[in-house]
Amino acid sequence: MPEAREVELMQEAAGRPPVLGRGQTYASVSDHISAIVLRRPVGIFWLALFAGAGFLFAILQYAIAYLLMEGVGIWGVNIPIAWGFAIINFVWWIGIGHAGTLISAILYLLKQSWRSSINRFAEAMTLFAVMCAGLFPLLHLGRPWLFYWLIPYPNTMTMWPNFRSPLVWDVFAVSTYFTVSLLFWYQAVVPDVATLRDHATNRLVKKIYGLLAMGWRNSARHWKRFESGYLLLAALATPLVLSVHTVVSFDFSVADMPGWHESIYPPYFVSGAIYSGFATVLILAIPLRKFFGLEQLVTERHLDNCGQFMLATGLLVTYTYLAEDFFSWYGNDPYGAWWNWNRAHGAYRIVWYLDLIMVCLIPLLLWIPKVRKKPLFLFIVSLDIVMGMWIERVMIVIITLNSPHMPSSYGLYIPTRWDWAVLVGTIGLFTVCFLLFVRLIPMIPIFEMRKLVHEIEVPHT
Amino acid sequence: MKALWGLLAEFDSPKALLRAARLAYREGYRKMDAYSPFPIPELAETIGLRRDGVPLLTLLGGLIGGGGAYILQYWINVIGFPLNVGGRPLHSWPSFIPVTFEMTVLFASFGAFFGMWALNRLPAVYHPLFNSETFAGASRNRFFLCIETVDPLFELDGTREFLMDLNARLVEEVPNE
Repeated sequence: MPEAREVELMQEAAGRPPVLGRGQTYASVSDHISAIVLRRPVGIFWLALFAGAGFLFAILQYAIAYLLMEGVGIWGVNIPIAWGFAIINFVWWIGIGHAGTLISAILYLLKQSWRSSINRFAEAMTLFAVMCAGLFPLLHLGRPWLFYWLIPYPNTMTMWPNFRSPLVWDVFAVSTYFTVSLLFWYQAVVPDVATLRDHATNRLVKKIYGLLAMGWRNSARHWKRFESGYLLLAALATPLVLSVHTVVSFDFSVADMPGWHESIYPPYFVSGAIYSGFATVLILAIPLRKFFGLEQLVTERHLDNCGQFMLATGLLVTYTYLAEDFFSWYGNDPYGAWWNWNRAHGAYRIVWYLDLIMVCLIPLLLWIPKVRKKPLFLFIVSLDIVMGMWIERVMIVIITLNSPHMPSSYGLYIPTRWDWAVLVGTIGLFTVCFLLFVRLIPMIPIFEMRKLVHEIEVPHT
Repeated sequence: MKALWGLLAEFDSPKALLRAARLAYREGYRKMDAYSPFPIPELAETIGLRRDGVPLLTLLGGLIGGGGAYILQYWINVIGFPLNVGGRPLHSWPSFIPVTFEMTVLFASFGAFFGMWALNRLPAVYHPLFNSETFAGASRNRFFLCIETVDPLFELDGTREFLMDLNARLVEEVPNE
């Protein structure tokens, strides 16, 4: 395809780093990426990380077991602040989960070929983040073993879920998002596990990947239906990814609470989600490309592009903050004004100021091209953004519940050690899953890289 | 069953494969397939697959999902379990939209994903082509065209000669068992 090659030449003339390192061939990308799974020995660093993450995961299991025995009273939640960490972490994790499908679906539809080398692990990140997110509303139910009451099914109580409640919409949105992301991800994994099957020397490994590959044999007819299906899934996932955080924002904005009942909530949540999602992609990509020697495949161009995405979505989030301030003044609603005052001067003002510094100010460094191209700087800014976005969700959940309409309902929320245990525990769960993923599945889509070689390089075998 | 599945010709580049496929189709061969390490646009059309059924199945899935979800919500709220929530009408359709949308996307995706595999007749972990030694190259850097023995025009020597004339690097007999 000359198109992609021309675009590449233009980018190069403009002095941007290439999307693919020089001299890559079909064989070199295939061998390089599959060797990470098939031949590379398990390093001490991976083992150490796995042990650390496993320890955090064990904490999660302990915290959940204790929660099931004792009930949500072990958390700091109480009336009026009944949501607490459970909902903060839910919104945070599911926001992180947005970048994967955004990168794979929206950028695919927009024919951004640079997405190829980062989409696989961004999608895997999505799956694991949504798994972590899904835990929180379940645990927060109080009696998690009755979660299936949220699903409409004929039952002896002759009761049905209330379809006018955003909490029910949430169940449908999050479960659909997880399922569609899984299908989308697995479909692209199939040709790659077929590659592993063909490259593997160990008979057992060959059999396992052979089963996962379902007999994929790179047939032209199969490829055509494959591409057709992939395009359709991308087209379906695009509105889906926007709808998920929109529905999550309805959980807030449908409630008649100062600071929540705002029509700006859906775009506010979606841009924040993409913001933290791209930051997480970079937090994962920067060490991965270093340790697995993937600098030729995940180039500075990718880092730069992700940095620009973060800058744009970060400015959108800042804009929303300003709009909220404006509306609480212009709307002339005393409760809205009180909420706004409380945010800046109340018991949780430190949260608001940290939020402004970490989400609005520090990421402005991304305007400087040097920062976007230096992996270390970018890594630090990304960490700041991810933590800042967690603090933003603390601000959204806690400050509104802390200052509702009735002065008699004012209250404070102080997280207990069990709140923290579940939070760090899900980070452990996420890391365990991700570490297993990078060892077991090609973390860069091999067939898309071969296609990229075909499109960009002058092909030589 | 015949002892031979077909003749497998190996090529170096997508261009050579595309040319070979075009000429084979023009020669009259129909029961054949091409194999490449990545999707090549137009290759499937060249060997005679003009329309794939995936979009239709996706549409069907979406209609079933969306229609089903809306009808279910209507039935629950108006007939099965009428509940007065804040004085809203029983058939308060705006609040049924999010779930209808999500189920449309979910079932359309099922249509696209499972439809694609079903039309491809996969999973099928065994295929005669896996008997070939060189065929593993189809997932690395080799391009193949296989003319199957079930094709009416297939004739071992004639077809082999035809494939050699297309500048194949190698023509291999693929056994059925």
